[in-house]
Amino acid sequence: MALTKAEMAEHLFEVLGLNKREAKDMVEMFFEEIRAALERGEQVKLSGFGNFDLRAKKERPGRNPKTGEEIPITARRVVTFRPGQKLKSRVEAYAGPKP
Amino acid sequence: MTKSELIDVLAAGQNHLAYKDVELAVRCILDNMSNALASGERIEIRGFGSFSLHYRPPRIGRNPKTGEAVSLSGKYVPHFKPGKELRDRVNQAYQEELMAAEEEPAKVRERLVSTA
Repeated sequence: MALTKAEMAEHLFEVLGLNKREAKDMVEMFFEEIRAALERGEQVKLSGFGNFDLRAKKERPGRNPKTGEEIPITARRVVTFRPGQKLKSRVEAYAGPKP
Repeated sequence: MTKSELIDVLAAGQNHLAYKDVELAVRCILDNMSNALASGERIEIRGFGSFSLHYRPPRIGRNPKTGEAVSLSGKYVPHFKPGKELRDRVNQAYQEELMAAEEEPAKVRERLVSTA
């Protein structure tokens, strides 16, 4: 079981009374605007939840896992997520099954 | 971009909802996501990424002030894995920036030569 966009829209419909169309669009735009900001090279800070940061990675040696052939992994920019203190402590309190 | 800037962009991008409703909607989405993770549920957003919990086993830590050993119990931490579309868009934009930066010196040289 995982939370999906459809369930998030359903939640907006139930809790805030947005109509289904508005709720679906809102969830879609929420993620699209975060993606767009990151694409522009902007960090995204959602207080209470966490920050989406960008890191520039230098080129490094890699390998094709199928053939074992050595190929460089080109320089790139990647997204990392740093959970905020509030989210971290809430998740820490979760006493689920130990893997 | 901060949460309030995100709310501003979302409010400006549509004309059905009042600013206040957009604000509530963003808070509602984030609460929904936090609650899912706090109850051990994953989040999967196609094209954006997935959030899950990673387990950190118990360990012996140290109080940095006193040097005293303290046993820390196992815990979960939130983890985000970017989805393909997000990875590709972020990196594509970066490659374009890199190429534009490489072009700069050449343009400067060209201008210098032409005005010499």
